[in-house]
Amino acid sequence: MHPAFSVIFLTTLIGVGQGMFLAVFTGESYAAVHLLPGQDSSAFYALGTAVALAFMVLGLFAAVFHLGKPSYFITRAWRGITQWRTSWLSRELIMLPLTMFLVFLYAVFHYFGWGKDLAVPPTLVLGSITTAAVFGLFLATGMIYASLKFIREWYCSLTVINYVLLGGASGFTLAAAFSAYQAPELVTFYAIWAMIITAAGLVTRGASLIRNARIKPIATMQSAIGVRHTHIQQKSMGMMGGSYNTREYFHHKTRAFLKSVKWIFLVLAFAAPLALLALGQGGNVELLLAAFGVQYVGLLFERWFFFAQANHPQNLYYQTV
Amino acid sequence: MTQLALVIDLNVCVGCHACVTSCKEWNTSGVSGPMFDDAPYGKDPTGTFFNRVQTYEIGCFPNTETLHFPKSCLHCEEAPCVPVCPTGASHKRDQDGIVLVDYDKCIGCKYCSWACPYGAREFDEHQKVMKKCTLCYDRIYNQDFPESERKPACVLSCPTSARLFGDVHDPESDVSVAIRERGGYQLMPEWGTKPANHYLPRRKTRKQIHAEDLVRVDNPLSKEDIRRETSKDITLDDWLM
Ligand code: SF4
Ligand code: SF4
Ligand code: SF4
Repeated sequence: MHPAFSVIFLTTLIGVGQGMFLAVFTGESYAAVHLLPGQDSSAFYALGTAVALAFMVLGLFAAVFHLGKPSYFITRAWRGITQWRTSWLSRELIMLPLTMFLVFLYAVFHYFGWGKDLAVPPTLVLGSITTAAVFGLFLATGMIYASLKFIREWYCSLTVINYVLLGGASGFTLAAAFSAYQAPELVTFYAIWAMIITAAGLVTRGASLIRNARIKPIATMQSAIGVRHTHIQQKSMGMMGGSYNTREYFHHKTRAFLKSVKWIFLVLAFAAPLALLALGQGGNVELLLAAFGVQYVGLLFERWFFFAQANHPQNLYYQTV
Repeated sequence: MTQLALVIDLNVCVGCHACVTSCKEWNTSGVSGPMFDDAPYGKDPTGTFFNRVQTYEIGCFPNTETLHFPKSCLHCEEAPCVPVCPTGASHKRDQDGIVLVDYDKCIGCKYCSWACPYGAREFDEHQKVMKKCTLCYDRIYNQDFPESERKPACVLSCPTSARLFGDVHDPESDVSVAIRERGGYQLMPEWGTKPANHYLPRRKTRKQIHAEDLVRVDNPLSKEDIRRETSKDITLDDWLM
């Protein structure tokens, strides 16, 4: 498939936002049972959630450019919530603003410190609901790809797991850097979790790389045109200057390029941040920020590769691209 | 239930592209238009088409055969492009099974085109919505045309009558009979999309010639062949004399 930058930015940015929210709320729930020191409501929880929300807003902004025209965002995008019964894309279009609204509410409750002296603070309840929404959004995003049974590279539960773990890893890495500023006693906690999730992501992403390397196509040239012969050669695709079919479904890059992107993302999204987190877990702000920056760039490469690697069965009809 | 569809006879398609141009001509000026053309006389002409004719070579030289292969939306009965659409723009009509895109609802997210294994949908780069073959729904019911012309533009224009049109759920329709009696098949049946359009295979008319067809066993000439010793056997013709 042709990797669209709007979707690459959308999925990586909301992933960071979702992961960051999960990190902040993990901090609050651990503190509620006295496993971690509690933090200032507005300076840590509200601000951290605001950072998470900012990433999600940026992601939504990127998504606008995936529409046919940005103006469809105002005029037509509301229709996207109507087909939630069948369409995972529709479910994502519902879950994204809903999650953002819940994240916003959670930040507001913390900022104003509403009900923080109650036996069960409302932020804990709200945070749990928001956590469910965050996972629902991860599921919807992943299932958009994992539900397309024709695209074998995506049609696998690993696709959803990777979205959860890679989003979570980048969010926890950001939380480690953020806490270096706002709550130094939490840096080690977040850095260690970020390393665990990043390592888990490496395992599952690596598993999907191995799976995809051995994948066998289901449709063949023979079934595509219905001719039983071992030697079929396309002579004309029905057009000369290319069409939507030759633009949307091909990455138009060399095999070597694809392979180097794979190694780049393995280093930038996994190896380098793991090393930087290990070195910076004492509270070194620069190292932690670098870990997040490097990991985010690595995830951009990872997402590009995710799309480029997917081989659509319609490509059988376009053999001379 | 009605399921309108095309049946395309690959045995007689000559790859002339008449269906491609008539489809474009009708639809660019009809309710599904305009269909853009960019740089039509330039180096890389491109544009939106609902129908394309491709060409394949089958076999290795000298035993090769050319296959012209028209390809448009197959109006699948289990159309995977419909449930994925978030807006409901991509839909399958109950009354005749035609799969259509409502251009006023489409947000151009292209998700439906990812879900079509046949690459039958094309995004219009100017109108910014998804487009595809409409089975000429604005012709086939059009009361302004005489009955004989209420057919898709591509069907009417085909000089070899390679394109048949009708209801594949009616067992007695021309298309059903053609599918049944002439080996009609679906593209990529392994995906379970149940395409309504079918293709009729290339067919060769071969005659099996046996040795007896060439040499008559009791040929009377062999009796009179003075170059060889003639047979003393009685032939059929001896009885007739
Ligand atoms: S051929 Fe493609 S676009 Fe047409 S109905 Fe089937 S899946 Fe949908
Ligand atoms: S491109 Fe249009 S028709 Fe296709 S899925 Fe998106 S909204 Fe639906
Ligand atoms: S049925 Fe109509 S829209 Fe479809 S390929 Fe034929 S002419 Fe084009």
